[in-house]
Amino acid sequence: MTTTISTPAGQAGVRGKAPGTARGPRRPGRLRRIGLPYLLLLPALALELLVHLVPIVIGFVMSFKELTQFYLRDWTAAPWTAFDNFSVAVDFDAPVGRGLLHSFWITCLFTVLSVGLCWLLGTTAAVYMQETFAGRGLLRALFLVPYALPVYAAVITWAFMFQRDNGLINHVLHDQLGLTDGRPFWLIGDNSFFALLTVSVWKGWPFAFLIVMAGLQNIPKELYEAAALDGAGMWQQIRRITLPSLAPVNQVLVLVLFLWTFNDFNTPFVLFGKAAPEAADLISVHIYQSSFATWNFGTGAAMSVLLLGFLLLVTGVYLFFTSRGRKVSHV
Amino acid sequence: MRRIRAAASGAVVVSLLAAATACGGGSSTDGGSNESPKTLTYWASNQGPNIEADKKILQPELDKFEKQTGIKVKLEVVPWSDLLTRIMTATTSGQGPDVLNIGNTWSASLQATGALLPWDEKNLAKIGGRDRFVDSALGSTGAEGQDPAAVPLYSMAYALYYNKKMFAEAGVDKPPATWDELVATGRKISKDDKWGLGAEGSNLSNNIHQVFVLGKQHGADFFDAEGKADFTSDGAVKAVKQYVDLMATDKVVAPGNAEYAQNQSLSDFSKGKTAMVLWQAAATTFKAQGMKDEDWGVAPVPVQSGTPGQDTSVNSMVAGINMAVFKNTKNLDGALEFVKFMTSDEEQKHLCSTYGSIPPVKAAQSDPAFDRPELKVLRDTLATSAAALPQVPNESQFETAVGTAVKNLFAQAASGKQPTDADVKAELTKAQQQMAGQ
Repeated sequence: MTTTISTPAGQAGVRGKAPGTARGPRRPGRLRRIGLPYLLLLPALALELLVHLVPIVIGFVMSFKELTQFYLRDWTAAPWTAFDNFSVAVDFDAPVGRGLLHSFWITCLFTVLSVGLCWLLGTTAAVYMQETFAGRGLLRALFLVPYALPVYAAVITWAFMFQRDNGLINHVLHDQLGLTDGRPFWLIGDNSFFALLTVSVWKGWPFAFLIVMAGLQNIPKELYEAAALDGAGMWQQIRRITLPSLAPVNQVLVLVLFLWTFNDFNTPFVLFGKAAPEAADLISVHIYQSSFATWNFGTGAAMSVLLLGFLLLVTGVYLFFTSRGRKVSHV
Repeated sequence: MRRIRAAASGAVVVSLLAAATACGGGSSTDGGSNESPKTLTYWASNQGPNIEADKKILQPELDKFEKQTGIKVKLEVVPWSDLLTRIMTATTSGQGPDVLNIGNTWSASLQATGALLPWDEKNLAKIGGRDRFVDSALGSTGAEGQDPAAVPLYSMAYALYYNKKMFAEAGVDKPPATWDELVATGRKISKDDKWGLGAEGSNLSNNIHQVFVLGKQHGADFFDAEGKADFTSDGAVKAVKQYVDLMATDKVVAPGNAEYAQNQSLSDFSKGKTAMVLWQAAATTFKAQGMKDEDWGVAPVPVQSGTPGQDTSVNSMVAGINMAVFKNTKNLDGALEFVKFMTSDEEQKHLCSTYGSIPPVKAAQSDPAFDRPELKVLRDTLATSAAALPQVPNESQFETAVGTAVKNLFAQAASGKQPTDADVKAELTKAQQQMAGQ
């Protein structure tokens, strides 16, 4: 997603060289030049199709089958059910559909908050880390620790810390700071949402930090110097230079964080086990429970297909608007 | 662009399951073959304190088996939390072990997949016949009227473990025999950060075990005669409410227990924070946590009134591990030979006394190693007052659905809300509707 700015000098160079190397007329040569990258991409594309598309197609087929324990051994023998699985999944008056809708809204809220906080924290830290000071390298490395840790180990540690009676969180909040009246539960009940959000942001913001920091390196120093000469303060510099220059980076970053967070399975599963509290019942665990724990793989597959459709839609709309915005900004 | 892929792979379950099925696609070799007679793969469930301990216990036995038969057994110890999913994946792909351990409550569910070798008379005869095994243990090897899908390997039952010192301090001279007595005893003890009874409110299986027994005591089975879910009967509601009320209204269970799922109640017991736990074969854990054998006692799980026995006086589920053979094994004879070895009198005595369980093999039970007072209670319970969980194909869904309902109700109770009959019924109704269409 890097935008190359072609300078007149560069273009002149290419043009100057082209007549010498091109053997035939210009058009086929250009075609070959454009075609070659696609040709090189072909093996990757084929593998991509194999690795991802085939399972998706199978999952799609499964969503139309009555796939329970009786057909687990040979799923192709499971009877067709037309749209039954889908109608069960979206029947919002019955428990299955109601549960799915509930977890969908929870996931939406959770994703917006988590992505927002990750971005805010990552950007703030990256901006401050631009200044050189003693120990900057160490601090940068420290910031990246959550990103480097194995998810399971990190999240299980959080699960211990969130325990009501023996956990560190309540020890600090209640025993040391006296901020809460009693010892609140974090792993069951409504608070579980905030516990999940905390872990998710802790896990996600270093990635935002890393990407934004890389993006900041690309902004020419001269812009800031010129702005400073014109009397722009720090806040104005951030608003007028930093943020607009980061826009292409941010567009990718937010999309990636959105997809990762919306689909996150590890965090809630390790934190709460296979039956998450209602307040933190993210959709990926919910679908897992619908398929694996109740052995109703057809309905689970239907839910997955719906989720995939939703994510493709959101991604498509997002890319449509952001790429349009980018064209405008660069014209 | 690369990350758009994340959206595609987003359908976690689809990809996972599909990837698993794509490579196997339902092989249909029935009854196994003997293509590779010299090797076996064995998935053992995690029985000991950890996986390493299990390997240490089992490997010498496997070596012994190799010496006797020349068959090499490749051992893999699978943690409980992964076992069922692993078995399901093996079932869909057809790429499983030859011999494996299953939780005995899953027998009928796994039997329904058709992936396990049926133990007909011919196969049973090869391991010494049906009569070698205790009846109650055979009761949880598959649906009634069908050939067993597995054979019993280790048996366990629930008992009431109590802290003798805490009982003495509270002036209680004998363990409670009825639930009323348990609540009365618990109330005497539950003060100053000490509690009467421990529970594992977030452990779905444990919830099911407790609620199933209470259900029996109230005349509820959770499944009707046709095997259809029946979670909302008066007896079922009473059973679930009685269990949750131990925390909500009787206040003999600490609210913190609502989030327990990793056997924390056992460490609370070892540390003298709770005076009683309802558990199966807990002796080795207590010892590992530094509690002396003479500090705790053991008694049968309470009943509503009278003494433990059958029907409404049932006080335990038939707990335990079964051994099964994957139908598409490439070494059928070797697999049967291995099951025969593991269920032999000698191995049963050795393994069960090491693990602190009861041998489901009659001849091994009479060994003096099983005469300890604790094991005597477990053995009597198993023989006279334990009932097998419903042997229906969707038993496994029942564990998840009703186990979750009880977890939710515990969460309510922990936050100070006392669930009413209507609340209990609503949760159970939801659980039942999740099972609908099966």
